[in-house]
Amino acid sequence: MIRLRGVKKRLGGKRVLDGLDLDIERGETIVVLGPSGTGKSVLLKHIIGLMIPDEGSIEVDGVEIVGLGEKALDEVRKNFGMLFQGAALFDSMSVGENVGLALREHRRLPVAQIPVRVAECLAAVGLKGAEDLRTASLSGGMRKRVGLARAIAMNPDFILYDEPTTGLDPITADVIDQLVRSLQEKMGVTSVVVTHDLHSAYKVGDRLAMLYGGRVVFIGTPDEVRATRDPLVRQFIEGSSVGPIQPV
Amino acid sequence: MPEDLAVRGYRYVRHRAGDWVAEVGRLTMLLGDVGRFLAPGLRSFGLVVDQMKAIGVGSLWLVVVVSLFTGGVAAVQAAYQFSSVVPLKYIGSVILRSVIIELGPVLTALVVGGRVGASIAAELGTMKVTEQIDALRAMAINPVRYLVVPRVIAAIVMLPVVTVFADAIAIFGGYVVSITTIGVSTHTYVVGLKQFFYLKDLYSGLVKAVFFGGIIGTMGCFYGFVTEGGAEGVGLATTRAVVSSCVLVLISDYVLANVLLRFIFAS
Ligand SMILES: Nc1ncnc2c1ncn2[C@@H]1O[C@H](COP(=O)(O)OP(=O)(O)O)[C@@H](O)[C@H]1O
Ligand SMILES: [Mg+2]
Repeated sequence: MIRLRGVKKRLGGKRVLDGLDLDIERGETIVVLGPSGTGKSVLLKHIIGLMIPDEGSIEVDGVEIVGLGEKALDEVRKNFGMLFQGAALFDSMSVGENVGLALREHRRLPVAQIPVRVAECLAAVGLKGAEDLRTASLSGGMRKRVGLARAIAMNPDFILYDEPTTGLDPITADVIDQLVRSLQEKMGVTSVVVTHDLHSAYKVGDRLAMLYGGRVVFIGTPDEVRATRDPLVRQFIEGSSVGPIQPV
Repeated sequence: MPEDLAVRGYRYVRHRAGDWVAEVGRLTMLLGDVGRFLAPGLRSFGLVVDQMKAIGVGSLWLVVVVSLFTGGVAAVQAAYQFSSVVPLKYIGSVILRSVIIELGPVLTALVVGGRVGASIAAELGTMKVTEQIDALRAMAINPVRYLVVPRVIAAIVMLPVVTVFADAIAIFGGYVVSITTIGVSTHTYVVGLKQFFYLKDLYSGLVKAVFFGGIIGTMGCFYGFVTEGGAEGVGLATTRAVVSSCVLVLISDYVLANVLLRFIFAS
């Protein structure tokens, strides 16, 4: 499980995370909702040790990762897959090389089996046979899916998804939602999904957390979210510009 | 108000000095990491070879043109300065020594530094702002090992290689100009070349080239890694990498010339 306690982070003179607490249980899928610029991506980067909190504690399976050296962090990171908001594909490599990079670098598989695993991951995101495409030639939705294939290649225990369905058509978005669910059901993966897409949030999330003002202001099951009277959550799910959340 | 100006000036200087100290600190940390990941970085030898190709092969034509003209200018310059004071039979010697000790290594470093330093900084800077470097770290692939070490090693290895090549082309350029416009015979030029050729001159030039390679690779990677912001940040990183590597090449050339010619290779 992942446990965040009192996590604070200032970035560019702004308190982005301000005493954030969050528990993510093993095997659950938690969806993080919140307006743009509230620090959802920053939160994911803290969980995987790409950013270090100014204060607070982050435990992954009982290991405190705040204060760990880069080498020890790498051991923790090997259990993680991450899909970046902008996909962050390596543009000097083909699609297949992107997906297979970690497998090659960490010698997780015999070299001959890497292409098999790469093909499997690409098929899982609906991109069968895309190995030899250049990343520059991909559409936004395809980039996202290649990023996702890359995130699952190492069979991680934890997967962090930063807006996996943003910019996808509804049908492809559903393919991705199904994939998130099936990774959880078949492989027992623990997932954190950042999204704006309420439709997919209800579909994939065991629990939904609302991030606002640098904290988790509400957390509950999809049914609890639908039923809540919390004005912040209501405003967000109703998509209204009137309410306690000030549009920027 | 003059006091205001003084205070503001002081704050500005303190701020800039602080920035500068922080930058030197970060550079030192990068160098430490390069040292730490040298051995594991070398194990991915394919990456080093890729970079060696990019630096060496990619710079060939540029170096040919620059060296040809450098040698030519060296000949014209020597003939002008000799003007009946020194016999023209020494023209080959002067060209040879000025090329292998100084002109070859330094001009190669400036030209290759501009080209390679800029391309490294632009590539790594783009990777930084598009989160590709974060993506590497998230995959437990150390970016210093994977990106920096191969580039620095390749630059250190390739700069001397390119410099030897540049030396040869420059001496040939000097030869062409000497026999066509200065009226020296092939025989005279070649005798002049041989007469004062010392291996230690060549070595001192190559030792410089090794240092210059390290500077070019490191500055390109450093400014690439600290890039912030989008395309504008990448442009800034590229400029900084080129300017700083050129300045450092010239400063270290002075230091190395002293150390090498006065102490290590002193006659
Ligand atoms: N590396 C950084 N340096 C400075 N500010 C940052 C950095 N990363 C994020 N921020 C700021 O933190 C805030 C939250 O960003 P982010 O987590 O990307 O928001 P979102 O919830 O849309 O994912 C934004 O105001 C952003 O400008
Ligand atoms: Mg974001």
